[in-house]
Amino acid sequence: MTAEMQISLEVNGERVDAQVLPRQNLADFLRDHLALTGTHVGCEHGVCGACTVRVNGEIVRSCLMLAVQTQGASVETIEGLSDSGEISDLQAAFRDRNALQCGFCTPGMLMTAQDLLKRCATPDREQIREHLSGNYCRCTGYQAIIDAIEITARRRLEANP
Amino acid sequence: MKASAFAYARATDVVNALELLATHGDKAKLLSGGQSLMPAMNLRLISPELIVDISEIAELRGIAVNGSVVAIGALTRHVDLLRSPDIAAHAPLLAQAVAHVAHSAIRNRGTIGGSLAHADPASELPACMLALNATIIVRGPRGERRIAAKDFFTGIYETALTPQELLISVELPLPPKNAEHFFCEFARRHGDYAIVGLAAQAIVEAGVFADLKLAFFAVGDRPVLAKAASQLVGVEITPALLSEASLALGEELDPQDDQQASAAMRRHLAKVFLARGVCALLGRTDLDLGVPG
Repeated sequence: MTAEMQISLEVNGERVDAQVLPRQNLADFLRDHLALTGTHVGCEHGVCGACTVRVNGEIVRSCLMLAVQTQGASVETIEGLSDSGEISDLQAAFRDRNALQCGFCTPGMLMTAQDLLKRCATPDREQIREHLSGNYCRCTGYQAIIDAIEITARRRLEANP
Repeated sequence: MKASAFAYARATDVVNALELLATHGDKAKLLSGGQSLMPAMNLRLISPELIVDISEIAELRGIAVNGSVVAIGALTRHVDLLRSPDIAAHAPLLAQAVAHVAHSAIRNRGTIGGSLAHADPASELPACMLALNATIIVRGPRGERRIAAKDFFTGIYETALTPQELLISVELPLPPKNAEHFFCEFARRHGDYAIVGLAAQAIVEAGVFADLKLAFFAVGDRPVLAKAASQLVGVEITPALLSEASLALGEELDPQDDQQASAAMRRHLAKVFLARGVCALLGRTDLDLGVPG
């Protein structure tokens, strides 16, 4: 039973069929099977947030979910959010505000920030901090990231009051 | 690191899960939300031979108010507790506590049954079960058992569950109208494991505690219902009485030293929380919040 298992899921809107070992987590599956390397693998025990992806519309740690558990699920990665233009304004705000340096945490940060902005149109800085509390950044000191998310929230509200 | 190799079986229902556990016993591990199990496996702290994935068993999910209890299925996720109007109305302590559990992405997967069965002494939900006088319902090859929360947690990551049993649900008695709740914890970063925490439920009649349950966590090998609370029941609370109870609490608790905090620091924080909790539960601002002794 430690043999490979067949899974069938949707990744960024495309049907994927694959054979995976039970021990393979979703992050490694995305990176190694599908070459979607925007999902980063940091701590591999759920602390750093770099591997955050969406499963059935909700953010999860892809290092704490097995690939076999995504049978029938819809998975969205940073590539999907980026290519669809869903977060282009957020990405631009990150660039403008220097909210990234090495960029390792950025995919997870963007995923988590977009999750907050979808749920809450006008988060205050404390709410932003709290929502990002599970995502480590070792470069920026976080303030610029919070600025970028705050600016994006304000601009989206201005565009769609 | 990566988890070592294991076999995987997706349980179709409770009966199937129990069959798999009966066959494989302690070589198998149940996978619920995986937010504690997967880190332990990735760190190779445990290497089960078989993972029995129960996360798709629909009958184990959901919150229902049945007569005098709120029943919560084992697979109910933290985020479901946070968003549930029934929990907000009938178990507000749980909603407050869950906001302190890890982070959004983890609350989207982690489940109440997983948290209770994992029994980390620093986690919030086991202490809430003690404060709320919960009954934990488990099923195994010999049928169903109903276990009082105070008998369920037996040590660090240890519970009254046998390797063949599955946690099915918890039942919380509906609190009376004059019930008050208090929750607080001290952690280095929002969402981290508590260094010390307190989950409390009180029944308050005319400014006096008719009942007081103070469940401290991260102060021992399991959540602790403070015996010192009994000194505060049925009497008018004075600063002197509060400081006596605080001293008794300090003697009663036996917290551990670790890299996060010394035992003395944990004892001190527990006393601070006792005083804050009593003041908040009674709505009193006149009690001295200084922590003597």
